[in-house]
Amino acid sequence: MYQIVSKKSLNPTVTQMEILAPFVAKKARAGQFVILRVDERGERIPLTVAGYDRERGTVTIIFQVVGGTTERLNHKNEGDFIPDFVGPLGRPTQVDGLKKVCVVGGGVGCAIALPVARALHENGVDVTSIVGFRNKDLVILEEDFKAYSDDFYMMTDDGSYGRKGNVCVPLEELLEKGERFDEVITIGPLIMMKFVCLSTKKYGVKTIASMNPIMIDGTGMCGCCRLTVGGEMKFACVDGPEFDGHLIDFDEAMSRSRSYAEFETRQREHACNLFKKEVE
Amino acid sequence: MPPFNMQPLKNPMPTQDANVRKGNFDEVALGYTAEQAISEAKRCIRCKHRPCVAGCPVNVKIPEFIGKIAEGDFEGAYQIIAEDSSLPAVCGRVCPQEKQCERVCTRGIKAGCESVGIGRLERFAADWHMAHEKALNAVTPPTNGHKVAVIGSGPAGLTCAGDLARKGYDVTVFEALHVAGGVLVYGIPEFRLPKAIVEREIDQLCALGVKIETNMVIGRVLTIEELKTEYGFAAVFIGSGAGLPKFMNIPGENLKGVYSANEFLTRSNLMKAYEEDSHTPIQRGKRVAVVGGGNVAMDAARTARRLGAEVHIIYRRGEEELPARQEEIEHAKEEGIIFDLLTNPVRILATETTDPRDPSFGWVQAIECVRMELGEADESGRRSPKAVAGSEFTLPVDCVIMSLGTSPNPLLKATTAGLNTLRRGEIEVDAVGKTSLEGVYCGGDAATGAATVIKAMGAGKIAARAIDEYIQSKEK
Repeated sequence: MYQIVSKKSLNPTVTQMEILAPFVAKKARAGQFVILRVDERGERIPLTVAGYDRERGTVTIIFQVVGGTTERLNHKNEGDFIPDFVGPLGRPTQVDGLKKVCVVGGGVGCAIALPVARALHENGVDVTSIVGFRNKDLVILEEDFKAYSDDFYMMTDDGSYGRKGNVCVPLEELLEKGERFDEVITIGPLIMMKFVCLSTKKYGVKTIASMNPIMIDGTGMCGCCRLTVGGEMKFACVDGPEFDGHLIDFDEAMSRSRSYAEFETRQREHACNLFKKEVE
Repeated sequence: MPPFNMQPLKNPMPTQDANVRKGNFDEVALGYTAEQAISEAKRCIRCKHRPCVAGCPVNVKIPEFIGKIAEGDFEGAYQIIAEDSSLPAVCGRVCPQEKQCERVCTRGIKAGCESVGIGRLERFAADWHMAHEKALNAVTPPTNGHKVAVIGSGPAGLTCAGDLARKGYDVTVFEALHVAGGVLVYGIPEFRLPKAIVEREIDQLCALGVKIETNMVIGRVLTIEELKTEYGFAAVFIGSGAGLPKFMNIPGENLKGVYSANEFLTRSNLMKAYEEDSHTPIQRGKRVAVVGGGNVAMDAARTARRLGAEVHIIYRRGEEELPARQEEIEHAKEEGIIFDLLTNPVRILATETTDPRDPSFGWVQAIECVRMELGEADESGRRSPKAVAGSEFTLPVDCVIMSLGTSPNPLLKATTAGLNTLRRGEIEVDAVGKTSLEGVYCGGDAATGAATVIKAMGAGKIAARAIDEYIQSKEK
């Protein structure tokens, strides 16, 4: 069993938890993920590592409530336990040899972009961060990001905070101005990553995208997380989760990510109703 | 000595009616009654050369245990099996006995005669033991102070762990998933191998002192090197299983509704997605194509059938060449699975809509296949299939399950310096399972590529003996 040692709401739909998992905390690195189950009947879901504290033996996860499992997880409190928490899985972000990197995060993806920015920063890399949210209420981790960034750009779709527009706007401005990034690393909604990759492709800047497809075992056994990269089939769990963004078939990934959309909606409603009944 | 039963055929196995069982996940084969078991046991004529024992990968003392059943001493029969097999209730159900012990049985040599039903008797003895045992045998052998790590809790790992624990080793099994059992829990369906039985066999090992650590992906959370140095394991056995599912490399394999057999079976077996209110989703197709002809394909097809689909097995060779066990093929046919033999997929076709916002976008709509014919036999004696020009046709389906085998998982190779692998990625071992690294042994699918439960158990057994010798020789 793995204890939830802290819980914090970052915005109305995004929650941060620290999980006591010393073995995972000891080895976790930016870019890797964990798989957890919320209860004995729970499904296995992957979440990218949002942080870790090797001394306290904790791993930070940040999740958005989208389906039944995240709904159930969000109803757990500090001190509660979850039965399964396995990791670290996947390959870590490669930070060696980089001097200047632009990290582009979107929505809850910023939670995963943050440890990447941090790892880069701690390795002496010059970090430009561009983060985007739908509106002011959904902004998360702004101060943390600033702490690890040499340059920082805040964007909202509706202009209620920072600049109005999507993350590609400042990214293209910087590239147009002649900023030379060794690499752009993007983590967020598939549609955002697709457009970030289209932007950087125009300027020939190498771009890494962190994928978070549906998974079961997370060790290569089931092939559920497969995606097409450069015309080849890859498994996000063992070959990734980070890939060359210019080679990813994002349209296919977006389609596959919706395989169980209806089921998820039903499950979430079902979970909500159960919790409502408990309250009554 | 009771008189022999000279009836030429086996006592038939009682089974659930095909029309009933195609709608449930309960076990298909119901097992012999005590009378049937004794009658079958009396068919064994205690021949002198005992070919069955050599035919068994773990050399169960078959005539002895059958003799006990014939005498009505069922617990005695179980104890004899348990001396050589860590998982009797499992083997009695899933071993391909017709290719092993029963293939060489003296009673089956003459035309029109069947071998003794060794597998059925093994299952009977194991089930009888489980049903009548009062408490788990908690007598742990005296420890010899040596720690051994086992990676993977499938048949190879469990057998190796059990054998070493019986010799007094302090054994820890590391399992990547949240439950122990490996392919016995994620791969083989409930209707062929009830999970309660696997659980019981594992409890039995734990009673021997074997420790099981779930949620531990060795290679990531701990390396083999760390197990040996930091954690003081004198030896490591790798039984990590087969690995990554293969696909055909044809267009449309990443459409929604296309599964690997591993994924489909894992959802159903491990995650219990077949239960109506499961938290894990699975597609309940209307018409499902399962590509492949092995045991895993049969399991996937029969699972899809139970989830309510019309199911087609698509296999490029003929009936004779189907690699699955005869019993599985027969059961599948009885349940109404349609066999499209000498047929090979060419591509998988998507629904027509091009609007990604349309919920029906990107789903499987049909599978295009081509008819095949068998050519001349090649050097290996297998007749290779060739496509018949112009014979393409489409079969409308809403789900496709690819069951084409697996390729080895690269994780341990990638994270263990000096661990040699073969050309295709299988871990290189000698005859007793020794790898290129001192004190590191391997067996089962990780070393051989996809094979059977009992072969993995045999490899786990041989490696356990080698690990014991290795550690004892270092003692001196």
